[in-house]
Amino acid sequence: MSTTAERRAADQRQKLEKAGLDFVDDRFGSSRWLQSAMDKIFPDHWSFMVGEIAMYSLIVLIITGIYLALFYVPSGAEVVYHGSYKPLDGQTMSEAYQSVINLSFHVRAGLVMRQVHHWAAIVFLAAVCFHLCRIFFSGAFRRPREINWTIGLLLLIVVMLEGFSGYSLPDDLLSGTGLRVVYSIVESIPVIGGWVAYDLWGGAFPGTTLIPRLFVVHEFLFPLVIVGLLTAHLAILWRQKHTDFPAPGKTETNIVGSRLWPQYAIKSGALFMMVIAVLCLLAGFFQVNPIWIYGPYTPYNVSAGSQPDWYVGWLDGALRIMPHWEFRSFGVEIPNPFFPGILIPGVLFGIMFAWPFIDRKIYNDEGPHNLLNYPRDRPFRTAVGVAALVFFSDLTMASGTDLIGNNLHISYERLIDILQYGAIIGPIVGGIIAYKVCVALQRTSAHPIQKPIGGVIVRGADGSYHTLGDTDHGGDHDGAATNGHGAEDEHLDGEGDGAGNGHGRPAEEETVGAGGTSGASAHSAGSSPPTDD
Amino acid sequence: MSTDQPTTGHRPGPEPAGPHYSEQDHGEQEQLFDLPPSTSPDSESYHLDPTHFGIEPGEPWPEDVPRDQDDTWWRYRDDPAGARKAEIKIAFMWIITLLCGLGLAVIYVMGGDPQIEGGLLALGFFCLGVGFVWWARDLLPGHDVTASRGHHSQSTEAYRTTVVASLGRGLEPIARRPFLGKALGLVGGVFGVCILFPLASLGPRLHNGLAKTAWGRNTRLVDENGRPVRPSDIDPNGILTVFPQTNPGDPQGATLLINLGPASNDYKPPLSRSTWKIDTPSGTIIAFSKICTHAGCPVGLYNTIAHELVCPCHQSTFNVLQDCKPVFGPAPRSLPQLALAVDTDGYLVSQTGYDQPVGPGYWGRG
Repeated sequence: MSTTAERRAADQRQKLEKAGLDFVDDRFGSSRWLQSAMDKIFPDHWSFMVGEIAMYSLIVLIITGIYLALFYVPSGAEVVYHGSYKPLDGQTMSEAYQSVINLSFHVRAGLVMRQVHHWAAIVFLAAVCFHLCRIFFSGAFRRPREINWTIGLLLLIVVMLEGFSGYSLPDDLLSGTGLRVVYSIVESIPVIGGWVAYDLWGGAFPGTTLIPRLFVVHEFLFPLVIVGLLTAHLAILWRQKHTDFPAPGKTETNIVGSRLWPQYAIKSGALFMMVIAVLCLLAGFFQVNPIWIYGPYTPYNVSAGSQPDWYVGWLDGALRIMPHWEFRSFGVEIPNPFFPGILIPGVLFGIMFAWPFIDRKIYNDEGPHNLLNYPRDRPFRTAVGVAALVFFSDLTMASGTDLIGNNLHISYERLIDILQYGAIIGPIVGGIIAYKVCVALQRTSAHPIQKPIGGVIVRGADGSYHTLGDTDHGGDHDGAATNGHGAEDEHLDGEGDGAGNGHGRPAEEETVGAGGTSGASAHSAGSSPPTDD
Repeated sequence: MSTDQPTTGHRPGPEPAGPHYSEQDHGEQEQLFDLPPSTSPDSESYHLDPTHFGIEPGEPWPEDVPRDQDDTWWRYRDDPAGARKAEIKIAFMWIITLLCGLGLAVIYVMGGDPQIEGGLLALGFFCLGVGFVWWARDLLPGHDVTASRGHHSQSTEAYRTTVVASLGRGLEPIARRPFLGKALGLVGGVFGVCILFPLASLGPRLHNGLAKTAWGRNTRLVDENGRPVRPSDIDPNGILTVFPQTNPGDPQGATLLINLGPASNDYKPPLSRSTWKIDTPSGTIIAFSKICTHAGCPVGLYNTIAHELVCPCHQSTFNVLQDCKPVFGPAPRSLPQLALAVDTDGYLVSQTGYDQPVGPGYWGRG
């Protein structure tokens, strides 16, 4: 196919590349490592891209953040504004606020950079949370990946703090109000709250110390921690290799996917470009955090409709729907913000940190796993996850009660009542529904949003139908060729049950697999390999 | 993969069988790179080398890694016209990216415009990315491959024992001497706490700071511009934010003056507070702390029909006619009331400071 000239050019290129690699290898002896690194295999599943989206958003955040830092003035000192944005002319504001106004209106391309940065933060947090859900619902946190689950949760906490500190840097009315609430939450910590608040803010609220401190924290401390934790996160991923969903040909000891180089790197590079494209699109056409509308922060003013960025909405909502409890005795007090601001997040994160160990007890499963669970195959875990999501959604909605109330013409008193009950009843109902749906889905053994793919149906000598399955490597739920034909398939029970009941399903679902309904699972005879027990 | 534990040799497998496998001298990694330059991607050697499938030299070929994987196939291998088309498609996309770049430069020089900049950046990166997708899909050789995960999740027991012994060589000399061990623990603890003392420099000493405001005996009320306030400055059903004249910037001291107007007759304070209000012809004037007792937001919304103050942050609601008792929301306590008086010049003053700490609660508030 190729001409002589082409071949000669290729040889030439190869010689050049070889010369370059020789230079490196003479110094590091790295070729063997490099080859195995390029051969490293990454499985393909759309849900595995979410973590990458988070990583690429982080890269965008770092690049745009450095640019913004060159213009930002971390000072709480008061100045009177006389710039080109007339509505603010003559107003007293902090230097920090003024510098962000100038960045938005004077610096060429400054506004678009700022908006890319803010949108990237919003998308970053969303991707991180989505990634967390993927890990949770598919059981990717199980041994040997408990440590990485813990690192991931630490990252989530730091990343939320990083987002909130950045959101507070412009020192506008909205973020200043948020800081006031955070001060009250810090103040509410038993015994040490007052000291901590005084040490963080350098005295009483608001003071002029916080803005420069926030700058150090947002630009240096948290990014350092995030990059450090992320490095560990990825190094562990590299070492342990990625998990994958069970499918034909996939086992606990092999890995199926694209090589890091070239296929995976190019595809992932494409995703990087797409992430940037989406962030730029959002930044160009969707205004975010217009601080010139909010105005500079003054401690005694506040506007209605004060909502924080979405990822702290659940905390704000928790503050809103918390009943007005406060405990006073023996001359001390546990103030109200402690419960929604410290206790609830503390308990929630405590459960999340402990989940790999709780999960191990629930399923009596200590073994290592490289193949994931389908959420339906672990109904209880899925139910817990859904309950948590309902709870978070309820709290997040609660942070918008004033807006929802105004737009839907419901009094916010009624709305708060609904959401208070919702925070208790919603998770229970959501969990039960999720459990039932999981069990029902197991019965059909078909993917809920996908038609069955593949599979060869063979008619036997007695006129019955069989599906040829890959009995060695386990089947795929999607691979079930037919579904809902339990009656026709009943004769398969004999051969299907042994594998069907043992394949990756915990004891609690055995009742489902037994009996006539297991016809469907017999299709994927020997489905997922025996991952349990 | 061989990244993980190169040449440990602690897991000697039996000599591999199989025609493909034995053709390779897998012990020699260098051979990979000493292949003659004419080795094209079509060569079979690549996909027969076990190291490409995460299989260590000397290890038997795992059953779950197929041997017949073709790593050289690509979409248009046998379709030059299709390949040409793919090339043109990709070039087209990347040229759009190029034009977007030039457009960005022009827009920048002309003074910039966020919408156009965002749009061009988005389009440029999008087309670049689409080119990457087609590059990966249409031009790259190879598709999904199956490799061994290797056996790197655990080391052998022998290695673990060796490591424990090595660690012990360092720690044992101290652990064996009880005094040294305890001393190190004590030193570590005390010294560790002592070197953290500089953290206390971050803030002033708390004293009673959270409870104090600048309000005192006969402190004049000033508005946000620092002007003293007369009872007549506030209209019926009106509210006005005032500060202590001694420290107008004190955010803790922000206080809300309310003229009850027509509702003055409905306001029946307890006996202890009956002298804290100012009666004027237009209505009764009372003053409450503007700092919400829930989370410290300014309680800035006044509902003149229900005579309720609402905090815009978390919707705590205080009934003004009942001494700002919380009637809805998370606020646990009434807003503290400031006792008012009129001085000899006719200006509003505070009788004393607040009789309790303003704002949200804290541990020592009691």
